[in-house]
Amino acid sequence: MTELLAVALGGAAGACARFWLSGLVARRLREIFPWGTLTVNATGALAIGLLSSVALRPEGLAPEWRGAWLALAVGVLGSYTTVSSFSLQTLTLAQAGEGRRALLNLLASLALCLGAVAAGHLAGARLFGG
Amino acid sequence: MGRQAVVYAAVAAGGALGSVARYLCSVGALALLGPAFPWGTLLVNAAGSFLIGLYAALAGPGGPLLPSPAARHFVMAGFCGGFTTFSIFSLESLRLFEAGATGRAGVYVAGSAALWLASAWLGHRLARWLHPRAGRR
Repeated sequence: MTELLAVALGGAAGACARFWLSGLVARRLREIFPWGTLTVNATGALAIGLLSSVALRPEGLAPEWRGAWLALAVGVLGSYTTVSSFSLQTLTLAQAGEGRRALLNLLASLALCLGAVAAGHLAGARLFGG
Repeated sequence: MGRQAVVYAAVAAGGALGSVARYLCSVGALALLGPAFPWGTLLVNAAGSFLIGLYAALAGPGGPLLPSPAARHFVMAGFCGGFTTFSIFSLESLRLFEAGATGRAGVYVAGSAALWLASAWLGHRLARWLHPRAGRR
């Protein structure tokens, strides 16, 4: 039950942070390209990479990190990033005849998020000696 | 509560529900299918993409649902956003790659992207089938 509460509270906070930041970026840039979603997904991937460098070992989660991992990684960062908005926005671009922007969003999202999680993981290993 | 506070409360509640549902799916998938492949995350990301494709069309222009802004954000930014996750997907891909399962990592990345987009499209198609005027642009 404590586990579910940690995920729920983290998830609520992560969703609000995503809603605030993606809305802010989208309003500032006023473009049809979904920069807001790309921003939250890339920063969330960077953060989970950093966190994983201290909490995850090759064989799995370090036992003393279990509670913090549920709240911060499964809850906050899991909810802060989103695939559903990414999928809907990519589909909407494609349906609006913006096929090139849809493809660019797909490739940029994958490249940035995979690059960010690897960069976060490497940086964390350097910083924290993981 | 002001209108903005109501919207944030709706996003928080949807995000909490979606995150717990995602966690339970991952725990279930791990127990049923084992740790070799991240089936749980693949499933929730596809299902969340399907749901948002369906709901966005049914609740959008020409659709039969007329939700309040708070109800709309509860479902889309809250539940679907909290249920699906790009960060954990990215971390799982990295972990597969680092463990030497390069082939599985590639299948996970390419298969996920294809499945997410196909699921959103299927949700949109189902909405159009249920209500032909939904989702017209």
